[in-house]
Amino acid sequence: MDQTLSERASTVTLRVNGTDRSLTLDHRTTLLDALRDHLDLTGTKKGCDHGQCGACTVLLDGRRVNGCLLFAVACAGRSVTTVEGLTDGEVLHPVQEAFVARDALQCGYCTPGQICSAVALLDEAARGEPSHVTPPERLPGGPVPLTPDEIRERMSGNICRCGAYPNIVAAIEEAAR
Amino acid sequence: MKPFAYVRPERTEEAVAHLAAHPGARFLAGGTNLVDLMKLGVTGPPLLVDLGALPLDGVAETPDGGLLVGATARNSDVAAHPVVRTRYPVLSQALLAGASPQLRNAATTGGNLLQRTRCPYFQDTSTPCNKRVPGSGCPAREGVHRDLAVLGHSAHCVATHPSDMAVALAALDAEVRLRGADGERTVPVTAFHRLPGDRPDLDTVVAPGELITGVALPAPPPGALSAYRKARDRASYAFALASVALVLTVEDGRVGHAALAFGGLAHKPWRARAAEEVLRGAPATAETFRRAADAELAAAEPLRDNGFKVPLARNLAVGLLGDLASRATAAAA
Amino acid sequence: MTRHEPATAQPRAAVRRDARQKVTGEARYAVDRTPPGCLHACPVPAAVARGRVTAVHADEILRRPGVHAVLTHENAPRLGDADDPTLALLQEDRVPHRGWFVAVVVADTPENARAAADALRIDYAPSEHDVRLSADHPRLYTPEKANGGHPAVRERGDFDTAFAASPVRLDATYTMGALHNHPMEPHAATAWWDDDGLTVYDSSQGATTVRDVLARLFRQPQQRITVVSAYVGGGFGSKGTPRPPAVLAAMAARHTGRPVRLALPRRDLPAAVGHRAPTVQRVRIGAAADGTISALAHDVVTQTSTVKEFVEQAAVPARTMYTSPHSRTTHRVVALDVPTPSWMRAPGEASGMYALEAAMDELAEAVGVDPVELRLRNEPDAEPDSGKPFSSRGLAECLRDGARRFGWAGRDPRPGVRRDGDVLSGTGVAAATYPVLVSPSRASAHAAPDGRFVVRVDATDIGTGARTVLAQIAAEALGAPLDSVRVELGSSRLPDAPVAGGSSGTASWGWAVHKACAALRATLASDPGRTLPPEGVTVEADTKEEAGRTYPYARHAFGAHFAEVRVDTATGEVRVGRLLGVYAVGRVLNARTARSQFIGGMTMGLGMALTEHSTMDPSFGDFRERDLASYHVPVCADVPDIEAHWVEEHDPHLNPMGSKGIGEIGIVGTAAAIANAVHHACGVRLRDLPLTPDRLLPLLTTRASAP
Repeated sequence: MDQTLSERASTVTLRVNGTDRSLTLDHRTTLLDALRDHLDLTGTKKGCDHGQCGACTVLLDGRRVNGCLLFAVACAGRSVTTVEGLTDGEVLHPVQEAFVARDALQCGYCTPGQICSAVALLDEAARGEPSHVTPPERLPGGPVPLTPDEIRERMSGNICRCGAYPNIVAAIEEAAR
Repeated sequence: MKPFAYVRPERTEEAVAHLAAHPGARFLAGGTNLVDLMKLGVTGPPLLVDLGALPLDGVAETPDGGLLVGATARNSDVAAHPVVRTRYPVLSQALLAGASPQLRNAATTGGNLLQRTRCPYFQDTSTPCNKRVPGSGCPAREGVHRDLAVLGHSAHCVATHPSDMAVALAALDAEVRLRGADGERTVPVTAFHRLPGDRPDLDTVVAPGELITGVALPAPPPGALSAYRKARDRASYAFALASVALVLTVEDGRVGHAALAFGGLAHKPWRARAAEEVLRGAPATAETFRRAADAELAAAEPLRDNGFKVPLARNLAVGLLGDLASRATAAAA
Repeated sequence: MTRHEPATAQPRAAVRRDARQKVTGEARYAVDRTPPGCLHACPVPAAVARGRVTAVHADEILRRPGVHAVLTHENAPRLGDADDPTLALLQEDRVPHRGWFVAVVVADTPENARAAADALRIDYAPSEHDVRLSADHPRLYTPEKANGGHPAVRERGDFDTAFAASPVRLDATYTMGALHNHPMEPHAATAWWDDDGLTVYDSSQGATTVRDVLARLFRQPQQRITVVSAYVGGGFGSKGTPRPPAVLAAMAARHTGRPVRLALPRRDLPAAVGHRAPTVQRVRIGAAADGTISALAHDVVTQTSTVKEFVEQAAVPARTMYTSPHSRTTHRVVALDVPTPSWMRAPGEASGMYALEAAMDELAEAVGVDPVELRLRNEPDAEPDSGKPFSSRGLAECLRDGARRFGWAGRDPRPGVRRDGDVLSGTGVAAATYPVLVSPSRASAHAAPDGRFVVRVDATDIGTGARTVLAQIAAEALGAPLDSVRVELGSSRLPDAPVAGGSSGTASWGWAVHKACAALRATLASDPGRTLPPEGVTVEADTKEEAGRTYPYARHAFGAHFAEVRVDTATGEVRVGRLLGVYAVGRVLNARTARSQFIGGMTMGLGMALTEHSTMDPSFGDFRERDLASYHVPVCADVPDIEAHWVEEHDPHLNPMGSKGIGEIGIVGTAAAIANAVHHACGVRLRDLPLTPDRLLPLLTTRASAP
């Protein structure tokens, strides 16, 4: 067989929550499954496995992505932050604090994805990235003010079936202050 | 999902050569649709050629006043790009109307163009589908098709193209740059996607092994305004029931340049040439806009359950024409 | 019975106890603990709507690397009878509906299991199928009971005569398609057998129930089975009965002798874990010119499967809600070749109150009476159906308080007159009700010598806040500080307890906890000076007697929902601008978690009204919208800043806490409030949920087509 086609697994190094982790993985293994099944980082959840719910949201080189739609092998050499990597020892990230304070969760299954998404959202808005509801006349440059409508649109890639949305919006408003 | 081999070349020629050498191999970019389809069993390439290391992710202004968007530029980066936001707002708006922030951070320009229909029968390997298995039949025509095509469909396929971005590109007269083993070529976005005809398995004119390297946007017409409108089942994170992209100039109360494209209505982004014919040079009035939309949608052949798309598209187009025309008039005053 | 007054020291809005575990990712759900040597199972759904499996080509799959087993009806362990035919998995060749599991593939990795399951060839002998529900289906029949044990038919007085004689007559039929629970955590289990028997980490709403059913299926004594449901990613009814993952994982583990993990793909859920059955509901109201109701009929047609009878009890709330001297409420059902419907948040009330409350809005319009006032005019003195007095009935207060908070006074009743460009806005109201239910439970309370307490009960916290509220109940009963009480729940090793369902969890578990803690407090108080032994003191309680009591009262929670919507007449898109609920639910034990429950219920009601659209595919016999891209549950952008309030209600006829259930009432009536607001906005009365653009737009006069 052609050499190129014979290898169905590879050894890859991922920088996960600040630590290099070397893994030999089936190419079919997604970043989500690599985190959960190979690194026991089960905070990141599988809600749909098709990029339709956001429960698997992690930060890849600081940007939020759906871990279920990325092959881990394609993430080799990149830096991944999961919900477990947001805490500083026992100290919660301000977004995590706000989620607790505002009861921005119920069953908790979508919560790690919501929180990773919210952390990225704060950064995106600070960098001036627009959203669907940002007024088109608002020209590039300067942070985008995080109105409730901006937060709602920017959090719409994370489904919460328990319906904690109003509290999630309140928590992110609080963390943005 | 079937096991597959994986390579990550650093040069474009290498990537193209891999595909030429391995029948059935596929390019992998953001993966937001390909990985999804591999999980569903719709496709099972033996080799993935990852484009992530290729130098194709730039967005650069061109000497002729246009913009070259790299094939692997992320949808989020393109949407936020200052030049896109100021000179091609329709493109920024279309991108931001699609998917979710997470998906836009992974999805690329080339991959967005190549994404496949969300027709439920195409995605369900336990049902027939001419697009997935040529000759197996099209259950959507008599089955569940509320979301499917009203324009340009065939007896073999009633699928829609799901992209928002491609609709904006069609209205912007963008061109797709392709590289194959035999060299490079350029195809207008409006000719890039096919109508289904009797070969619904072919979404586009891309030849086997050809790689999209970028999309070239011409300089926008002087004074042009542009915008994108989309109707959907929920307020965000849903495919278009119908959408419209418009690039418009108005001079002395008359329409100058008018490029109108519909999304969610057909197997391809639907450039509304008949509507544009009515618009060009006509008074920029609501009456003109209604006539234009009707001229285009007269060709619609709705299925049993998707007739609503015709008035929906008409209203979206008339509304957006009216809004941009009043903005243009206000700007001129 | 005396209502237990709260100790002043108890915080009434205690922070959710497991919030930290959930925001850090430490909380472990059913497939978050993979034992060493664990194999991975993937079920194979049937690809025909009805028929028989004639061959499973397992040999082709077993040759693949990593594949350990293929379980089918030919080789799977024989199961005992557990009185739930949806769990008689891999026992025979019959395929009762598309998506019924016909095989399970077990492999060394999830990737290999899934690939092998996808590749497994199965031959079928298909039969003709019938999956179309209609109000005139020839095989409709009247069941003995609807879900919840309610009689299928109730009649009082002479409806036909009274209706015919009424000055105002409303006769309207409302339809809604299937709805899917879609909790964020797909149903999943990890199972293994060892010397102690079977252990299952299951995503369920009640580990005791799952244990009891597994004991019967696998013919084991209950003590040889341990089920853990420590953290559960939502259920909304779909995890209220044991589901295939626990059974299939346990079968595969027994077959292979290894631990087995099985998580259902999202696309498998609609066929495998129940749905809210579609309904066709005819409501007839005969009223006087002032809106006083004399005759009320609610006739429900719905579907079940050929596997098991489940009848959505949608006509039941009409037996409680309004004055109706002459009444008929009926259910008819047809067994189709469809997946088996089951519980979904407020089964019966959610669907039935959509129709009844939309009909009340139509009646209000017909008689020219404000819809809030119309409901007040039809407040009954006693429960119409039973004749029993209400233990408490706060509906009028909820309506009045809600109207005040919402700014309802002075509302212009005319539809279609509040226009801003293409957008028309309007407001609507609907009432809500949910019964007070309670089941027997056990619990234990333990006092340690260091002054700390441990409460044990096999409750399940599916996101309701049970961990938090049970600690509050315990602390209150013990007269102890909240932080001195630890609660252990979510394991069948703990004292037996009923499922988290029927909005009865807090009442059922809480009563047992209260009883155990009160007894413990009495024990400790009986000898104040004594030093506790090193092992502490434990008291056990069982509320079998209390929960089995009959009461001379009708006991229900009530509420009122107010909605403001915007209808885009150019697109048919509807967006909710405001949503406000006021509830009368006895004593609210934790304001923070209660509010979350209410707004969560209302959000699901919003989805029911506007976005959640499911189509039964007549050719293939399955739901066509099986993923979260096509079945639209509301996203953050759909949901406004919802308000939830409650009125003070002291009801001495409930339980020691004085509480009514709160988990479901938020969804009841919300869809009607929104649909009524849509009518008020644009004048279109669409009696078919959800109100999506494809249905609404053709009925709207648009700017573009206006002259």
